[in-house]
Amino acid sequence: MSFSRNSFTTKERQKWMSVLSKSSCQELEGAWQGISEKPDYRHLRKPETGIIMVRARAGGSGLRFNFGEMTVTRCTVKTDEGYVGCAYVMGRDHRHAELAALFDALLQNSGYKLKILNMVILKLKESREKRKEEISKKSAATKVDFFTMVRGD
Amino acid sequence: MYVAVKGGEQAIANAHKLLSEKRRGDQAVPELEISQIKEQLGLSVDRVMTEGSLYDRELAAIAIKQAQGDLVEAIFLLRAYRTTLPRFGFSEPIETSRMEIQRRISSSFKDIPGGQVLGPTYDYTHRLIDFALEIPDNGNSETCRAEVAAEAIQNAMPRVADLLLAEGLIEDEATDNDRRPVADLTRDPLELPAERDARLQNLARGDEGFILSLAYSILRGFGASGHPFLGEIRFGEVTVELVPEELGFPIEVGEVSVTECIMFNRFMGSATTSPKFVRGYGLAFGHCERKAMAMAIIDYALRSRELGERSEYPAQDEEFVLFHSDNIQASGFVEHLKLPHYVDFQADLVLMRNRQGEFRDGKKEGRDERELEDEKAAKEAE
Repeated sequence: MSFSRNSFTTKERQKWMSVLSKSSCQELEGAWQGISEKPDYRHLRKPETGIIMVRARAGGSGLRFNFGEMTVTRCTVKTDEGYVGCAYVMGRDHRHAELAALFDALLQNSGYKLKILNMVILKLKESREKRKEEISKKSAATKVDFFTMVRGD
Repeated sequence: MYVAVKGGEQAIANAHKLLSEKRRGDQAVPELEISQIKEQLGLSVDRVMTEGSLYDRELAAIAIKQAQGDLVEAIFLLRAYRTTLPRFGFSEPIETSRMEIQRRISSSFKDIPGGQVLGPTYDYTHRLIDFALEIPDNGNSETCRAEVAAEAIQNAMPRVADLLLAEGLIEDEATDNDRRPVADLTRDPLELPAERDARLQNLARGDEGFILSLAYSILRGFGASGHPFLGEIRFGEVTVELVPEELGFPIEVGEVSVTECIMFNRFMGSATTSPKFVRGYGLAFGHCERKAMAMAIIDYALRSRELGERSEYPAQDEEFVLFHSDNIQASGFVEHLKLPHYVDFQADLVLMRNRQGEFRDGKKEGRDERELEDEKAAKEAE
């Protein structure tokens, strides 16, 4: 492997993996097309769709229980420089998982890392947050404003 | 005499062809698109995902289209599909306290931290048919636009139950041994007595109509020890985390929308436990409020055994509830009656003919005896 262990932390990786899985496939595809020097890669694990059991807690904080399943697609790629990118993304979109794994591999490469963090991850994160904020503001408009009727003498 | 016959292949194939034509309907009407179902029949999608026990909006929408809108049939399709997929693992328990909230109300406290957020709700609508919807393109008008507040709402709203917890007035649930195996009804058959984890999984997958009616029976007095209060209901998105074996640390795989309901119930205490409120818990995929509320009421009803309360009504009987809640099992058993039962019925037919014959003979004898007795009595009287 050509990268040093210190080029990223697990916490950093968790953050970018989160952004990649929560973005849409179209967004990732657009970002991928924008990368001028794409590395060669091969699949260590071809995109594969399966399910995970979603767990929850009784009362929201107590006893764990199996709530229900969701579809997830996973993929692992290895770039020619030796970086292994991994992705588990919600849904059944193989290309989404593949792109997320590719970006995960690129982000481990200090040669790409800063550029992709700024050009791709940050943008995806911001556009997602903006969408979320819009939804939240619409709900905020439905917040009840209680007032007390003052009765005449 | 009954002679076994084979056949029906052609009839079945043609019936299925007829079904696809019927499903498509009038060809002059544009065909439904999956995105239309996903976007405009979202609550059907939510119900199918909840009871199909598989979160995938697109799959649920396809299933609804395939089933011509028959939601139980669509749920069946989803359940069948999931058996074809490998399971990658179990998520970390979702943190509903960190939900990105779109709706959150409490009817136990008026003033709650974060406020009463109504969100997209049918509550307070007049339930009058809106004939404006009859006209297409109405959806593009101004009337379909939400108001936008200046500021977003506070996420990670504190739980209403925590207000009571601080005072020690509610049972503290925050105790779970992480090494405890969690019951999984998709792998192991239900066993009685069922623990709460198995019950909650069963109720989460259970039929909305069945759970709702049972909850109604509780409220009408078949098992209630005072009526429950809606501590809180919240709807929004939560992140799902998974620890893949090859990575060894948790990663976020996406977000699911869920409805969570917590009901407060009075528990009058026992010799060893002081009186306090006890939670009933309901959780559903998507926006399924009726289901989540009914589930919370039944969760509490089924706790009667562990709380040392009397259990004497159907909704408190875990065998009755848990073994009849699944609409796929239920419709399988009920609808299997449509399959040929020619031999079984022949047996019943022979039996009934014999019994009827016996009855007729017996009746004749009976009447004869009575007549004889009557004659005897008449003679004696003379």
